[in-house]
Amino acid sequence: MLFKDSLWALRTIAKAACVAVACVAAPLGVACSLAADEAATAGAESAQGKLTVPMLYAREIRDVPLPLSLLDLPPPDDGIAGGKLAIADNNTTGRFLNQEFTLDSVENAKTDGLIADVSAKVAAGTRFVIVDASPDTLLKLADALKDKDALIFNAAAPDDRLREEQCRPNVMHTAPTRSMLTDALGQYLVWKKWTKWFLVTGTRPEDKAYADELRRTAKRFGATIVDERVFQYDPGSRRTDGGFEQIQQQIPTFTQGAKPHDVVMVADEGELFGEYLPFRTWDPRPVAGTAGLVALPWHPALELWGGTQFQNRFKRMNNRIMRPLDYNVWLAVRAVGEAASRKRTSDFKELVSFMRSKEFELAGFKGVKTTFRDWNGQLRQPLLVTTAKLLVSVSPQPQFLHQFSELDTLGYDKPETKCKAYVVK
Amino acid sequence: MKRVSTLLTSLLTTSFLAGAASQAQAYRVFVSNEKENTITVIDSEKLEVIKTIKVGQRPRGIILTHDGKRLLVCASDDHTIQIYNAETYEYIRNLPSGSDPELLALHPSGNPLYVANEDDNLVTVVDLEKGVVITEVPVGVEPEGMGLSPDGKVLVNTSETTNMAHFIDTETKKTFDNVLVDNRPRVAEFTADGKQLWVSAEIGGTVTVIDPATRKVMAKISFDIPGVTKDAIQPVGVRITKDSKTAFVALGPANRVAVINTATFKVEKYLLVGQRVWQLALTPDDKMLFSTNGTSNDVSAIDVPNLKVIKSIKTGRYPWGVVVAPN
Repeated sequence: MLFKDSLWALRTIAKAACVAVACVAAPLGVACSLAADEAATAGAESAQGKLTVPMLYAREIRDVPLPLSLLDLPPPDDGIAGGKLAIADNNTTGRFLNQEFTLDSVENAKTDGLIADVSAKVAAGTRFVIVDASPDTLLKLADALKDKDALIFNAAAPDDRLREEQCRPNVMHTAPTRSMLTDALGQYLVWKKWTKWFLVTGTRPEDKAYADELRRTAKRFGATIVDERVFQYDPGSRRTDGGFEQIQQQIPTFTQGAKPHDVVMVADEGELFGEYLPFRTWDPRPVAGTAGLVALPWHPALELWGGTQFQNRFKRMNNRIMRPLDYNVWLAVRAVGEAASRKRTSDFKELVSFMRSKEFELAGFKGVKTTFRDWNGQLRQPLLVTTAKLLVSVSPQPQFLHQFSELDTLGYDKPETKCKAYVVK
Repeated sequence: MKRVSTLLTSLLTTSFLAGAASQAQAYRVFVSNEKENTITVIDSEKLEVIKTIKVGQRPRGIILTHDGKRLLVCASDDHTIQIYNAETYEYIRNLPSGSDPELLALHPSGNPLYVANEDDNLVTVVDLEKGVVITEVPVGVEPEGMGLSPDGKVLVNTSETTNMAHFIDTETKKTFDNVLVDNRPRVAEFTADGKQLWVSAEIGGTVTVIDPATRKVMAKISFDIPGVTKDAIQPVGVRITKDSKTAFVALGPANRVAVINTATFKVEKYLLVGQRVWQLALTPDDKMLFSTNGTSNDVSAIDVPNLKVIKSIKTGRYPWGVVVAPN
């Protein structure tokens, strides 16, 4: 509902004659149809010899509860703002290579509606679709597009099943998986020798999924879950004038008498109660997991590896700080741009096979190149271990070794994958 | 006993160093310390710090005017270039630079100055004498490396996110060619004979050698160091001896400087230096090479004829750029 009221000032940076720029400052899902029709020229060179690569950002409007903190309210352009920056970056390069990239967008609250919207754009010539949707919607969309020349980038869903037993050959993933996130955090905690974990889990399915991955991480890296509790909580209204009085009483009581532990691990992906734990636990212990110390693909204060300029560019364009979803979308749009500039083509099959090849590499302001895993299309990348304000560390930690790539110490590795459908087209 | 022998060793080392260095002329080496807002000045013969200069915020690229009299410092977070007297170390004035200046190149005639504006996708051309911006040249995303051909006719700028070497005609001040290189190009350097252009790619882990006349790639050099992961090999700084025969490439977190034969493009040696080695500078007589080691807060002094690292010299925090005075 937060998103419904919003008008996105979606600007295609493109100014070429062959692509009508009809979606400037237009409400999502209504305008931009002209641009999509014109985009039918994609994949072929226009009269001037310019290559055009149209892309689409598709968002499922979900009924998500508001976050606990006013600081965490998602901006209406969460995600697509990163896509806009990547289009501008692609086009700066494209200017020298006579290539042009555009980003159109659709959003819909109904799965069928979203699939229809995306299918229409694909029929009109769009080949690359960056998706922010629930895992089930993403699967339905992938299946609807399976015989089409279209590639989906999953920029939002962390669910491991999308890369494992339910992997799809026409989906690549720039969002890190839950298991990558818990492994990144777990490696740091093990390095810190905080190996006794007191696990507090919420009641939602994704909380349980996160807790399951924490259990796997603990087993993998030598930590122990010494105690475990479920936080039964009906969040109700997030905005009340007051509330701390009760929370101050409830959290110490809830965490009282836990077996001796080094750290409280919280599994609350919806951020319904996790932020209540730090500084309120019965025992004076740090909090990590989905609150406190967290693992993220991006942090708005990251300045390493040229990050400052990247953050500044984003801020100048979008008048706000860059969030993890923005970064995931940026990576997807840049991956297509990088492939097009290396291969000097907009040919769908050539671009996809290059992105999936060992030759493909993408610089993502992470100090090392990011690449796609060839067994399930997951982007491998270093992950940040951070507090709300600053970077604490970067995982993989140096002590965690791997025979091929240290980045594959994060998440399910090739020998354990359950992905069977992923074949190189 | 142990103390005596240590003392003896250090005495011997000192006299050996003094003996070796006495054949070389003493130059001053200027090192910018990115995190400390200072410049460390080192004597290239004694290999000792002789002065620390307080400068603007986040000093990165530094160069000297050809007469050696002025030191130009990119104070990146102050969005300006500061000019210092290179002999008295006094601050003189600021130059307009465009946003977030990172690296500089000076025309062989001594003017103009070319500035890479990392935050603005521009190369700014500045009249050094008048202190005004002459023009701006649009380039790729995050311009960084700046290399001038020996005749001053061609400026090459690298853009880190566009992954290109942009060839700019210094007469017309327009780009006339763009060559794709590997990911995150950091430094562009011509050989003194003008026949090769070397471009390092930090994330790609390679160095591309381009023929400046045809803009065709002559060679792509990759690195293989036993015991060092591929991801840690991140080429940044490139310096080539005046005879155009030997190139040195700083390999970032691999903590090595590669020595490369420019005729065969083969790596002949890896020199172990400090941590996260980025920029390099040769003395004018090509006898000494200095590398800035960001994470270990020091500079490695390399004896070029013998290809040996002979000393680490403590600097300020996160040393970044380095330049050697011509006299």
